[in-house]
Amino acid sequence: MTRPAVRAFLIWLLAMLAGAVVVWNSHFSADMSFFLPARPSAEQQVLVDQLKEGVVSRLLMVAIGGGDAEQRARASRDLRGQLEKMPEFVSVQNGEAGSLDADRDFLFSHRYLLSPAIKPERFTVDGLRESIANSVDLLASPAGMMIKPLLPRDPTGEMIEMLGGLNAGAQPNASAGVWASRDGERAILLIQTAALGSDTDGQEKAINLVRSQFAAGTPGSELTVQLSGPGLFAVKSRETIKNEVSRLSTISTLAIIAVLFFVYRSARLMTLGLLPVVSGALAGIVAVSLAYGTVFGITVGFGSALIGEAVDYSIYYFVQSSRLGVDQWRERFWPTVRLGVLTSACGFAALLFSGFPGLAQLGLYSLSGVVVAALVTRFILPPLAGSNFAMRDLSHLGPVLKRGIAVLQGLRWPIIVLTLIATGVLAVNREHLWHPNLSALSTVSAEDSAIDMALRADIAAPDARYMAVITAPDREAALQAAERAGQQLDGLIATGVIGGYDSPARFLPSLAMQASRRASLPTADALQSRLQAALTDSPLAASKLGGFLEDIAKVREQCNVSREALNGTSLALAVDSLLLQRPNGWSVLLPLRPAGGDKGIDIAIEPVRAALAGSGALFVDMKNEFDTLYNDYLHEATLLSLAGFAAIVALLAVTLRSPRRLATVLLPLLIAVVLVITGLHLAGEQLHLLHLIGMLLIVAVGSNYALFFDRADNGEGLDSQTLVSMAVANLTTAIGFGTLALSNVPVLHAVGITVGPGAILALLLSACFVGRERA
Amino acid sequence: MIKRLIGCVFLLVLALPASAAFDLGQLMNDLAKHKGGKAKFVEKKYISLLDKPVISTGEMTYSAPDKLEKRTLTPKIETMTLDKDILSIEREKQKLSINLANQPEALAFVDSIRGTLSGNRAALEKNYALHLSGNSDKWVLTLLPSDQKIAALVLRITVSGSKSLIRSIEYLQADGDRSVLNMEPIEAK
Repeated sequence: MTRPAVRAFLIWLLAMLAGAVVVWNSHFSADMSFFLPARPSAEQQVLVDQLKEGVVSRLLMVAIGGGDAEQRARASRDLRGQLEKMPEFVSVQNGEAGSLDADRDFLFSHRYLLSPAIKPERFTVDGLRESIANSVDLLASPAGMMIKPLLPRDPTGEMIEMLGGLNAGAQPNASAGVWASRDGERAILLIQTAALGSDTDGQEKAINLVRSQFAAGTPGSELTVQLSGPGLFAVKSRETIKNEVSRLSTISTLAIIAVLFFVYRSARLMTLGLLPVVSGALAGIVAVSLAYGTVFGITVGFGSALIGEAVDYSIYYFVQSSRLGVDQWRERFWPTVRLGVLTSACGFAALLFSGFPGLAQLGLYSLSGVVVAALVTRFILPPLAGSNFAMRDLSHLGPVLKRGIAVLQGLRWPIIVLTLIATGVLAVNREHLWHPNLSALSTVSAEDSAIDMALRADIAAPDARYMAVITAPDREAALQAAERAGQQLDGLIATGVIGGYDSPARFLPSLAMQASRRASLPTADALQSRLQAALTDSPLAASKLGGFLEDIAKVREQCNVSREALNGTSLALAVDSLLLQRPNGWSVLLPLRPAGGDKGIDIAIEPVRAALAGSGALFVDMKNEFDTLYNDYLHEATLLSLAGFAAIVALLAVTLRSPRRLATVLLPLLIAVVLVITGLHLAGEQLHLLHLIGMLLIVAVGSNYALFFDRADNGEGLDSQTLVSMAVANLTTAIGFGTLALSNVPVLHAVGITVGPGAILALLLSACFVGRERA
Repeated sequence: MIKRLIGCVFLLVLALPASAAFDLGQLMNDLAKHKGGKAKFVEKKYISLLDKPVISTGEMTYSAPDKLEKRTLTPKIETMTLDKDILSIEREKQKLSINLANQPEALAFVDSIRGTLSGNRAALEKNYALHLSGNSDKWVLTLLPSDQKIAALVLRITVSGSKSLIRSIEYLQADGDRSVLNMEPIEAK
């Protein structure tokens, strides 16, 4: 090796080592933050928090199938018994009798501080008469059996008042004493993990524990277990992305190596040719890691496309300089390659400004990858390769390719007609081109999502679509605000706008509320005499209510219900999941339930907004937020694509300095975009925002070919070497992006299926339209 | 000879009621044939806590084998429906659904009436010892819980009726309280 070669190699090696150190220390993630907004609105923040740490994100649903009902119930009880002891699980419910005793005891012993009916009027003579008469009437009812034992201590029916607000209507089915699916064929458990929804490792551990405990508890039996929930989706999606990344990179690397070997027939040249690729891929990850701190798995998966794109530069270099020598190549071809790199860079750079973090990462990754690959080709490759490398002579392919170009150029008019037809098809179907929501980008398979729907329906699991959110500086203020908002919501229940709501204040009232309820309780003497008066005509004699008097007197002395008092009940979990301490205060979530029945599962948004206006509570419809989020992304991606396109046009305009040349370079690229999109639509693909980005990339990547034809057309002539290098470079690019089309990850698939065919079309159409006809 | 004759007569006497026998199997058969109907009811609950019985009235509808609706009109309108194992109670604006499979004791309790209505002897004998007296026109079926857990709730259930119609059901609870439900068919289907 010559001295410049050694120096160049050492510089490259040092840079690579430094890069490797950064990558080694990088944090990789395959979670949903890829999709979550970088700059969320207040409503979107609620959505993000819920997805990352909300209760619903920590819910795992477990179904046990096979065997008979007794076997399933035993397995369900065993599983609950095992899991409940583990710190990984906050709560494990399977509907077993007795599991709610602690909750009932808590509610009963604090009923005079918790019941919403406790007001001074309730303990007047009239109030007592009415509420006690109600309870006596209730004895006549079939439900009377349940309240009879409580009556002497709770004659005013506070227990019923408290339970009335709870969602008692929707209980899972049961069989053999535990929850079962609606068809009764599976036992069902509902599990809350300690790990947050965003903690994919924690979710994976929890899921594996459920599976292993189940397997250990039912050795050799015919019972099967099925899980679903956001945590499982996160784990599966990470698994998919991990597998895809290695699978796709392997496929595209092997295919490209095969192409390179065919072209070079030299292991040395092939290795050198991969140098810019490896450098670019490494640089991309380093740049993302340094800029964002976390590298998304999908970003790395995009590497397979980058490989196809970055290998082009070394192909140009080796094929084109083999005849001309390095100096000639730098002088004659490098400016064109450089312009191609810059247009690609413009395309990728547009994505940097996206509020969709995944997109911004893809942009930075590809931008730095392409630029570094080009720089390595320009500055490192020539000294390393030396001046005399044995390049296989491919000039015999030149005439073949030229004949092909001549044929293509004869097709100009048919292609223009085809393009017009395609434009017409797109215009007619413009309403149906786009996928309407964010689920288009989800990696959850249709099968998994069907299982999830079925389990959710069986277990009546909350979907937490509607939520009122309150923020306050401290816990007391938060609870007071929740109580104020609750009053408004009670009004909405009365008018049938909503079916119900949950509130942490139901089990943990604010201190002010507890004080006011306590102040409503009369002294023992006053109560005694009022009871006498109230019950003169009642079948219930006041003399039998000693327990009631005792309990009231006790509560007047009792201390407040605190968060600690809830420990050991499942109500603690309910309160903790709805009352959250944040770095800058407290926030309260009030999940709203739809009225159901003929009103369906939707809540009318406007009346709720109006009722909550002024209470400080923010009403959020999660589904709506998701849709808005997606539409924001789509809107932004459209703007960014247009901006990227404008930047490419500006760059070309400045460099080419001729409107005619600019137009001839752009025409084939635009035709390629139209034909690809029409093709995708006709093939039944619903477009989403990554297809849109793909369109931008067709222009950014395809411009390389158009520029070579343009250059040939303007004095340089089109030699066989250039043609061959373009054909090979196009093939590798198409392989790189085409591999992504095989992906099950919608983000990668969309870009691949758009850019892969787009790149090939861009080359063919450039051959067809750029340059004088050579018939 | 005389001895044998007496023996025959004795056997004949023994056999006579057997041929026209009204036994549990026959009652169950009769009941099972009854596919449904509507009845007015008056229920009196005698509760030691209260000085007077609580009285409620309304209508009951039964359709075989496992649908039962009890619509109380006084003192408060309330509807209780039993559909398979789901017991729903609707009262004023509140609706409560209880899955009885969650609560085996309550299920056994409900089975007493459901098993009688549908003539399901096996279901009844799962939880109760059955004693029948009277004849087809006027029978009394007594159910004594065989399971300790159920006996802790109800000591005895007495169902009486004629032919395939049930006229009254009395529950004697473990705490001494009892309720008597009298039914008058509106029209038999």
